[in-house]
Amino acid sequence: MGNKIEISGLEVHYGGKPALNRVSFDVHENEILGIIGPAQSGKTTLLKVINRTLEFVPEATLNGTVKLDGVDISTVSDVYGLRRRIGMVLPLPVGLPLSIYDNVAFAPRAAGIRSKSQLDELVERCLQQAALWDEVEDRLDTLGTKLSGGQQQRLTIARALSHEPEVLCLDEFSIAIDPVTTMRIEEVLKTLRKEMTILLVTNLVQQAKRLATRTAFFLNGDLIEIDSTDVIFSDTPTQQATYDYVNGTFG
Amino acid sequence: MFTETPIDRRKRLTENVMRIFLLVVTTVMIIPLLLIIGYLLYKAIPILSFEFLFSNPRDNMRAGGIWAPFLGTIYLVVVSLLVSAPIGVFAAVYLNEYARENWFTRITNLAVVNLAGVPSIVHALFGVGAFVLFAGLGESILAASLTLAIMTLPVIIASTTEALKAVPMAFREACWNLGATRWQTIRRIVIPNSISGILTGVILQVSRAAGETAPIMFTGAVFYKAIAEGNLFAYNITEQCMALSLHLFTISTQVPDVTEGTPHGTAIVLVGSVLLVNAAAIVLRVYLRTRKKW
Repeated sequence: MGNKIEISGLEVHYGGKPALNRVSFDVHENEILGIIGPAQSGKTTLLKVINRTLEFVPEATLNGTVKLDGVDISTVSDVYGLRRRIGMVLPLPVGLPLSIYDNVAFAPRAAGIRSKSQLDELVERCLQQAALWDEVEDRLDTLGTKLSGGQQQRLTIARALSHEPEVLCLDEFSIAIDPVTTMRIEEVLKTLRKEMTILLVTNLVQQAKRLATRTAFFLNGDLIEIDSTDVIFSDTPTQQATYDYVNGTFG
Repeated sequence: MFTETPIDRRKRLTENVMRIFLLVVTTVMIIPLLLIIGYLLYKAIPILSFEFLFSNPRDNMRAGGIWAPFLGTIYLVVVSLLVSAPIGVFAAVYLNEYARENWFTRITNLAVVNLAGVPSIVHALFGVGAFVLFAGLGESILAASLTLAIMTLPVIIASTTEALKAVPMAFREACWNLGATRWQTIRRIVIPNSISGILTGVILQVSRAAGETAPIMFTGAVFYKAIAEGNLFAYNITEQCMALSLHLFTISTQVPDVTEGTPHGTAIVLVGSVLLVNAAAIVLRVYLRTRKKW
């Protein structure tokens, strides 16, 4: 299995305050990499580095390299194309103030797709993949912002899939939605894994245990340990801090 | 169990006193406005007619209507907003959506705030220097409108910025994550969801541009000029014009033996037009808000 993403010596500071300290690891193709760790450990920053939206944070500085398919992303000139290769789902569901259809068609349109039939097909497939199609197929023209929280989060997943990403990043996608919806989305992720690489940032360590092939544990901007999920959740991970965090006896 | 303690009673009394106090203050604030409009209407009713609105002043401005100044004010307001609205809105979009926090944006924002506080007579003198003399426009509708535009610009920038800030940051981040450029985000999401606030801010500047006298009296407004009655294109923007605010000043203080009610009629047309435009702004805002999408 090849490496989809190679990160080496990654350092991020926010106005002099460190957020990630010389982090190096690889993400394998078609794996679900669970990323766990308490608040302020740099998980969200890591995702922002990967799709280069860290550039919207004026005070952030970055060192080190991130390679996607062997290409240093900082050398990519079409940053918008790069962002479309990476799907991003944020903690709080954000339906754009557009219809459900337009929400999902937003990224393809931004990329220049105009064909109605092509968009129709894409919208249906993405909503199917995100397990939302059955609930909204007869009201695609209602506002995305009027859906319930759980539906909006599935809408954001459909939107993240709409630009056919190679890497899907999920940042604590389940904090604002109910357990049943969470389980449905988790099933979806297991299927999607066949087509793409998934980075799953989560505060629920059990979610990482259920889904992840490998798991990385971050603490205060340091990568403490990365290993197969079985090892991380065993009684004998390499680092004591990992054991303490996973078993809830932290600090 | 539910008997009132002394603290409860004091809270209840304070609550009532404050509510009545605030109501009284609000009422007192409305009274002068009602009195002004009522008095003007009472004095102006005898002379108010289509004839008054659509005929030029006569007999050395002692009689006749207000067509020339009325149309002049419309020209000044429209031309000035045609200049200041696009520039102000685009500048605000740049400052709010593109500009990073650095010395340039800090100085620009400082300039905007300070320009909004500059007295109108200073704008007038700037207009004389910059547009009438330096740009060689002479005293004309164009020079006066540009002076008014400079005056309204900072307020339009400020109100547009407020409207843009009301669009949640999360929408922008979601768009950026989808590979949209800043401009795609602005065009598809930010502007459609702030347009009501932007338009309201622009329309409210109509009343300021219509009411000011100082900025136009040295740059393009004249005491008297006869124009074709009833012709909406009677003015040429490279020439001077009359204006309601200046006309009101003239016939109230400079012309003896003015027909009774003419100044009041002029004032009520000025105030009425402004109220009409403001009402339109409110209707527009209410209409756009019913379509609010989150």
